Amino acid sequence: MRYALLIYSNTTDEEWGALSDAERGAIYAEYGAVSQSPAVTSGAQLSAADMATTVRVKDGQTLTTDGPYAETKEVVGGFFIVESDSIDTALELAAKIPAARNGAVEVRPLVEM
Amino acid sequence: MIEQVFRDEWGRVLANLIGFLGDFDLAEEAAQDAFATAAERWPRDGIPDNPGAWLTTTARNRAIDRIRRERVLSTKAHLLVQEEIEDEMPEDTAFTDERLELIFTCCHPALATDAQVALTLRTLGGLTTDQIARAFLVPEPTMAQRLVRAKNKIRVAGIPFRVPPAHLLPERLQAVLAVVYLVFNEGYGGSVELAVEAIRLGRALTDLMPDEAEVRGLLSLMLLHDARRDARVADGELVLLVDQDRALWNESEIEAGRAALDLAIALGGRGPYVLQAAIASLHLEPDVDWPQIAALYAELARVTGSPVVELNRAVAVAEAEGPAAGLALMDALDLPGYHYLDAARADLLRRLGRTDEAHDAYERAHETATAPHELRFLERRLQELEDER
Repeated sequence: MRYALLIYSNTTDEEWGALSDAERGAIYAEYGAVSQSPAVTSGAQLSAADMATTVRVKDGQTLTTDGPYAETKEVVGGFFIVESDSIDTALELAAKIPAARNGAVEVRPLVEM
Repeated sequence: MIEQVFRDEWGRVLANLIGFLGDFDLAEEAAQDAFATAAERWPRDGIPDNPGAWLTTTARNRAIDRIRRERVLSTKAHLLVQEEIEDEMPEDTAFTDERLELIFTCCHPALATDAQVALTLRTLGGLTTDQIARAFLVPEPTMAQRLVRAKNKIRVAGIPFRVPPAHLLPERLQAVLAVVYLVFNEGYGGSVELAVEAIRLGRALTDLMPDEAEVRGLLSLMLLHDARRDARVADGELVLLVDQDRALWNESEIEAGRAALDLAIALGGRGPYVLQAAIASLHLEPDVDWPQIAALYAELARVTGSPVVELNRAVAVAEAEGPAAGLALMDALDLPGYHYLDAARADLLRRLGRTDEAHDAYERAHETATAPHELRFLERRLQELEDER
């Protein structure tokens, strides 16, 4: 089965900026370790939500707006795709993602065609 | 007699079918078919030598029939490959006991606790949806929905049917034990059926995991509590342990509980259930060893970090060293609005002759307590204090 690990971080830009290089390096290393896991097939960090462009089509007209779909504080900041026999591997990897400590990681099975 | 066999075999038969078919609903339907056939034939033909194997074989055959029928009806059938089924069809011998796999699936942390409880009772206990709904005071359709949703999640989210690997086992076993204990406590307060079922599950777990001290600790704890069931209530009022009629205690359950505790300790158990069982056992002695109970509560508080356990320790210390010592510990506790703390403090203040403070504390407890028998108890105490003044 495949699972998406959706990463919700609560670290603000200010908090991130206040960290020392060593602290930031340690967090990058944790993300690196997760992405190196054999069960992880892909993943990416998303740029900030205010960099999003939202597209809607109404009556054949394409409406393009600046900004995210939903104006909420909780936005997905990145994701990993995990392939494993059961949810357990996905849950264990989710717990290793630094954002799980100050935000949350949502584990969602992918619908397989 | 047949009913007893059904009760004993349901969990094992269903677990084996789920392991074989990989599908909860199909397994449940097939098991029900097999049990219905047995109910029809056994009274006529007699109970087979190995009823479990008979039921499992019959249920497997029913499931295969069903899959074949569906395959004929639908070209999109995607279940099992026929050859595989034929190869795996057993001769007539023993089937593996997969109840442990099943209970770890049912108590997986990806399921909500109430779903874990319902699923465990339905699959391993063989309780009907209606029985579970009544025990938890929810409407039957709500409970049915809860079970359907849980089974869907197991399938869609890929919750595994297995005993967790060693590095996950301690945490997952805690979840299993918590579900069993929750069922027991639910039964302790009301439905006897649930308490009986929890003890059955506890016994099954000790058979399946004989070397796990906490499993035996939990069984012991449940037996030692259950042994006092008949003495806990008199004329509709809750009776405190010290005032209970010991003649109403179930001696054989106490003996079984203590035997389980001895085994748990022999296995090196010092976990929360073993400690609680040890405390429960000491409470049943004719002369209660309060210093020992206080020491065990101290250890339990270290393991659990629970302020409620600290409160219990303070009560034990009050018995061992006097009310002033217990009160000092209670005053250091941070449990706002917890009426058991107010009531326990009130009792110590009363014993120290600080009647006004005791009265205030009982009143605070009365403001937050909700259970009718607790309210009545507090009212009696308040009345007694007012009479003294």
